[in-house]
Amino acid sequence: MSEPVVWLTIFVLSVFVGIEVISKVSSTLHTPLMSGANAIHGIILLGAVLVTGTTDNDVALVVGLIAIVLAAVNMVGGFVVTDRMLQMFVRKKPKVSTKASGSTGSTSTDAA
Amino acid sequence: MTPIWVQLAYLACAVCFILALKGLSGPRTARMGNLVGAAGAVVAVTIPFLYLDLDHVPLMLGAIAVGTGGGVVGARTVQMTQMPQMVALFNGVGGGAAALVALLELHELVSVDSAEAVSWFVLAATAFTIAVGSVSFAGSIVTFAKLQELMTSRPVVFPGLPAVFALSLVATLGLSVSTVASPAVTIGVVLALVGLVVGVLLVLPVGGADVPIVISLLNAFTGLTVAAGGYVLENVVLLVAGTLVGASGTFLTMLMARAMGRSVANILFGALRGGSTLGAGEASDRPVRSAGPQDIAILLGYADRVIIVPGYGLAVAQAQHTLRELVEVLMARGTKVDYAIHPVAGRMPGHMNVLLAEAQVPYEQLQEMDEINGEFKQADVVLVVGANDVVNPAAKTTPGAPIYGMPILNADEAKQVVFLKRSMRPGFAGIENELLFDPRTTLLFGDAKESLGKLLNAVKAL
Repeated sequence: MSEPVVWLTIFVLSVFVGIEVISKVSSTLHTPLMSGANAIHGIILLGAVLVTGTTDNDVALVVGLIAIVLAAVNMVGGFVVTDRMLQMFVRKKPKVSTKASGSTGSTSTDAA
Repeated sequence: MTPIWVQLAYLACAVCFILALKGLSGPRTARMGNLVGAAGAVVAVTIPFLYLDLDHVPLMLGAIAVGTGGGVVGARTVQMTQMPQMVALFNGVGGGAAALVALLELHELVSVDSAEAVSWFVLAATAFTIAVGSVSFAGSIVTFAKLQELMTSRPVVFPGLPAVFALSLVATLGLSVSTVASPAVTIGVVLALVGLVVGVLLVLPVGGADVPIVISLLNAFTGLTVAAGGYVLENVVLLVAGTLVGASGTFLTMLMARAMGRSVANILFGALRGGSTLGAGEASDRPVRSAGPQDIAILLGYADRVIIVPGYGLAVAQAQHTLRELVEVLMARGTKVDYAIHPVAGRMPGHMNVLLAEAQVPYEQLQEMDEINGEFKQADVVLVVGANDVVNPAAKTTPGAPIYGMPILNADEAKQVVFLKRSMRPGFAGIENELLFDPRTTLLFGDAKESLGKLLNAVKAL
C-alpha cells in the first residue's frame, strides 16, 4: 500500500471504532463522555511539542509555546473535570455491591 | 525514521484512547476509562522528550506546567452547574491549539521543504486544521459566553447574517484552495482569521437551549482537526485519537439531537430560516392555582407514589441536597419516590445525573425517561422542581411549538402535579406550558431551595 493509503486506512477504521465503542452509551453518561472525548483531543499537545521543539524561529517559538499552554489546559483540565464528574457516580458506602448490580441492571436495559 | 519502540508505544497510547471511550460509555467502567485515557495521553506526550533531541525543552516544560496548572485549577473550582461552559472552554482552547500547530507546520512546509514538492494532500490537511480549528475556537468561546451569560443566550440574528455567513464560508474555501496552490504563512493567518468569523457566525443564531449540542459538534470538529494535524505531522496517535473523537463526537451529537427531537441542521440553521429556536418568552397572566408549603406537604406526605422531575432551576438554586433530604423523609414514611430524568434535563444531556449524583442521590433512584414514562399514570403526585419544557405537553399536541416532537416526561398523566417555580416566566424554550393551568396542577412560588426547605419541615411535622 502506498503511504497515503495506509493513513487513509487507519483513518477509516478509526471512524468505525469511534462510533462502535460508544454506540451503547446511556444518556446518563452523555456529559462525562463528551467531556472525556474533549480531553482526548487535548493530545494535540503532543503535536504542539513536536513542532515547537524543532523550530528555530522566534515568532514560531512564541506561537508554539502558546499552543502548548492551550493544549495542556485542554488535556489536563479535560481529564480532571471528567474525573470530578464521574467521582460523583461512585458511592463509598457499604452498599457498594448492591449499587454496582443496580447500575449493571440499568445499563442492560439501555442496551436493549 | 521513528524508532520501532516509539511506534509501538504510540500504538499502545492509541489503544488506551479506544479503551477510554469504551469505558466512558458504561457507568461502572467510566472512571477507569477516563484514567486509562489520561495515562495514554501523558505517556504519548512524554515520548518525544525521550527519543528526540528537542530544542527549547525548559521553555516547553514551563508552558506545559502553566497549562496544567490552569487546567487543574479551572477543573477543580468550576461549579457543577457550570460544567457545560467549562467543557466548551476546554474544547475551544484545544481547537485553537490545533490551528496554531497547523500554522507552524505550514511555516515549516514553506520554508524548509521548499526544494522538494510537498504533497497537495498534506497542504489540504493543514488548511483544514487551520480553518476548522479556528471555527472550533471562536464557536466555543461564543458558546461559553452564552452559557456563562456574558451575552444573551437568545439567538442573535441580524439582517444579512446568512449572506455574511455564506460569504465567509466561500472565503474560507477560497483561502484553503490558495493555501494548497501557493502555500504561504500569510494566507494561513488570513484563513485562521476568517475561520474565527465563521465560528462566531455559526453559533450566534443558536438558542441557549441548543448550545450544548453545538458544544458536542464543535468537540467533534476539534477531534477532526487533531486527526488532520496527525496526518500532517505523520503521527499515528494524533490521527487515531482525533478520528476517534471526531467520529464518536459526531455520533454523540446526533444522539443528543435525537433526544431533543431535533435535527442537527435544524438546531444550527433554524433561526436563520426565520423559525426562531426560541419562542416569545413573555410571562402570561392567566389564572393558576397556587398553594402554601403546608398544603403541598400534605399532598406529598400521604401519597403512595411520588415522581420527582428535577430541572435546571433546581441546580441554579443549589437545592439538590435539600431535595434529597425531602425524598429521604418521604421514603421513610413509606412513599415510593423516584427521580424522572429527562435526557436533556439541566443544560446538557446527562447533566442532571451529575448534579444529583453530587448530592449523593443513589444511582438506582434515577430513572431515565423511557423507563419511567409508563409509571406516571400510577403516580399520586409529580413534583416538578425548576423544570418546565421537559413536561410541556405542547411537545405532543402543538405542531407549531418550537419543542414539538421532543420526547417529554408524561407528568400530565399523573393524578396531581406540583410545580415549584420562581415565577410564571416560561422555560428555556420560551413557550407557555398548558400543564401549569391544568386543574390538577398546584404551584408553589419561590426559590427552589427555600420552597424545598419549607416543604421538608412541613412534611417532617406531619
